Amino acid sequence: MAQLTRRTTALQKTLSAAILSTRHLSTSPITVETSVPFTAHNIDPPSRSVETTPQELLTFYRDMALMRRMEIAADSLYKSKLIRGFCHLYDGQEAVAVGMEAAITKKDCIITAYRDHCIFLGRGGTLLEAFAELMGRKDGCSKGKGGSMHFYKKEGGFYGGHGIVGAQIPLGCGLAFAQKYSKDENVTFAMYGDGAANQGQLFEALNMAALWDLPAILVCENNHYGMGTAEWRAAKSPAYYKRGDYVPGLKVDGMDAFAVKQACKFAKEHALKNGPIILEMDTYRYHGHSMSDPGSTYRTRDEISGVRQERDPIERIRKLILSHDLATEKELKDTEKEVRKEVDEAIAKAKESPLPDPSELFTNVYVKGYGVELNKSLLELDLTNLSRFSVEQSLVLFSNIKLTLLVIDCISQSFGADRKELRAVLP
Amino acid sequence: MAAMLRSVGVASASFPLADHSNKLSTFSVCSLPVIRSERSPISDPIRGTRMTGKVITKAVAAQAENAASAASKPGHELLLFEALREGLEEEMDRDPRVCVMGEDVGHYGGSYKVTKGLADKYGDLRVLDTPIAENSFTGMAVGAAMTGLRPIVEGMNMGFLLLAFNQISDNCGMLHYTSGGQFTIPTVIRGPGGVGRQLGAEHSQRLESYFQSIPGIQMVACSTPYNAKGLMKAAIRSENPVVLFEHVLLYNLKERIPDEEYVLSLEEAEMVRPGEHVTILTYSRMRYHVMQAAKTLVNKGYDPEVIDIRSLKPFDLYTIGNSVKKTHRVIIVEECMRTGGIGASLTAAINENFHDYLDAPIVCLSSQDVPTPYAGTLEEWTVVQPAQIVAAVEQICQ
Repeated sequence: MAQLTRRTTALQKTLSAAILSTRHLSTSPITVETSVPFTAHNIDPPSRSVETTPQELLTFYRDMALMRRMEIAADSLYKSKLIRGFCHLYDGQEAVAVGMEAAITKKDCIITAYRDHCIFLGRGGTLLEAFAELMGRKDGCSKGKGGSMHFYKKEGGFYGGHGIVGAQIPLGCGLAFAQKYSKDENVTFAMYGDGAANQGQLFEALNMAALWDLPAILVCENNHYGMGTAEWRAAKSPAYYKRGDYVPGLKVDGMDAFAVKQACKFAKEHALKNGPIILEMDTYRYHGHSMSDPGSTYRTRDEISGVRQERDPIERIRKLILSHDLATEKELKDTEKEVRKEVDEAIAKAKESPLPDPSELFTNVYVKGYGVELNKSLLELDLTNLSRFSVEQSLVLFSNIKLTLLVIDCISQSFGADRKELRAVLP
Repeated sequence: MAAMLRSVGVASASFPLADHSNKLSTFSVCSLPVIRSERSPISDPIRGTRMTGKVITKAVAAQAENAASAASKPGHELLLFEALREGLEEEMDRDPRVCVMGEDVGHYGGSYKVTKGLADKYGDLRVLDTPIAENSFTGMAVGAAMTGLRPIVEGMNMGFLLLAFNQISDNCGMLHYTSGGQFTIPTVIRGPGGVGRQLGAEHSQRLESYFQSIPGIQMVACSTPYNAKGLMKAAIRSENPVVLFEHVLLYNLKERIPDEEYVLSLEEAEMVRPGEHVTILTYSRMRYHVMQAAKTLVNKGYDPEVIDIRSLKPFDLYTIGNSVKKTHRVIIVEECMRTGGIGASLTAAINENFHDYLDAPIVCLSSQDVPTPYAGTLEEWTVVQPAQIVAAVEQICQ
């Protein structure tokens, strides 16, 4: 969560520091009550009181404002046809991303479906990478080859970004499996929506996670609509946190960042000791399912504006900040202005980024140099560098350790659709 | 010298399989592991068409004796499923990240005994018994691979992996691309497929044709204990997702394989029997039908060149091309369905690249486009029989 703030300019850093110093508050803890108590299934719920600091409150506000701004900007970019295809916006659900980040480290893994822009940001992705990827440019996080639904950040522990509903859940259990295999005391948050909660693979994966005590936390972001179908029309039992049966579950107010933070912290402790747990985040999206969906054919405008007035996550934090006297109205407005400026700058920079080179069509289909694994093992190179080994013609003579070998002309063509290279080497 | 060496058949210390008439099998092996070259070389490759890398630990001693010692090296005899297990075990010893998951692979030892004894040796987490949930355990393997593990997924029968098609196609094949290269998916997906002995339609499927269009995966088919072990090891070491097709009826094939460690190339075809008159391209079980037909053909005076293509995606057009240029006639014998099968793609590839060298249209003998019936005689006629291969060769060579 401090990641986003770290990316601000020095000026902005001094601004928030200035706010704190004028109030003579630094890290004195504040206790906040979550909006509603947690509802639990097969487990004792955590307490409603959450410890936080002024710094964290301000960071939450800024991060969520940034995410909100990014999604709104993406909306207008889509309408001006700079973003094409599918664009699924997360505004309204920011509290889930921000609260989760506050409770975990970058070593924990997050995997989600296609509504991934804000989670990407939370994991350390930059605005430039996000916008460039959305516009299909080279500087995008996936080099422009993934698009809106395929944001990934390996260093930040963000595993995407998946288009097929529900397919990311077994992947998430695989991440948890790898964590258990390497015994590294981290957890995986596998996120999915209320629509995906009816997928068979979720229950298959849940069964396996529970069987082997994998440190997997399944997070259902229940925004009550699976595209155009309301949850009561798609699920016999919309109590998604209870669907794990023998797996404990917790229902959380997903519009309250502190409830999310508390729940994720609790879930992480649980998963490391006892295996999987389901978190159902009761949240809401203001936009339609995607940019092609107006979002008003299956729900009333009153409903949307009602949620915006009563449950908006950013409003909640703003009220908390003001009530605890951590910043003035003006300062918060200034933060919003900064955030807007940051987003606009990122968009401008992303627009300047070039489209990918045509040769990029064929790169990353296979890992480069895959035909040369054999040579590598003979040469006894470092195994972890196998995939990064670029193959050139080489003549290597080793005369140590009892192994003498002669490597002549490594295979270095790229296979795949590009037949031209294949033809070129035929006599 | 190079030309002569290029036409060498199974030029390794392995001894021929019972039903192969391989005149050149005892050809001596250079003890230096040599890698086949694709470019026109400055120093010429010693062996043209086979790439057999061997890690010979006592190179100094071997070098001195050269031909004699290599030919007389006994190796050890084993069955194909044991060869697969040997390869698997060696790789699991070598790299702690390699793990196996599948139904009944652990305590039961694998329904075809490929993983027998491994769970005792490596533990339940490394040889994982999964519930019957192909879609999700394949997805789990992909997720684990994203973090750096090297899982091997066993489909009890290849046909069951159709349930995991989404995971194999979208996640296994495409994640490396859609993440812009951030993640590699070094999984191996293996299992027996093909028409067995009256197993019924759903258990006799050949998935090569369904998977072949998936971008980002490699497909190989093993046919002998020697190449089974080599391809298994190569597949595990590969950074790309590899689908290794085994055949239900070939698990009990016996062959003598070298004691030394060896890894085969995933993209190379195997020259089974060099010849002059016609090129017969085949893979997996059909190799044996072809070799049976070859015996008949030799008696009739024909000289077929038999190539086991092994690499189903991508095709080894180098070996195939050289053969086509020599013989000018091609017959493809496969167990895949006629429509959209490996043979269909191979026909297109050869036509595109070597059209000028062909004297006759390519003949593709494949299984009939029917679900495999249970009745024995009907099942026999869904797959290509040696008599049909003989007839096709006679016709094409007219």
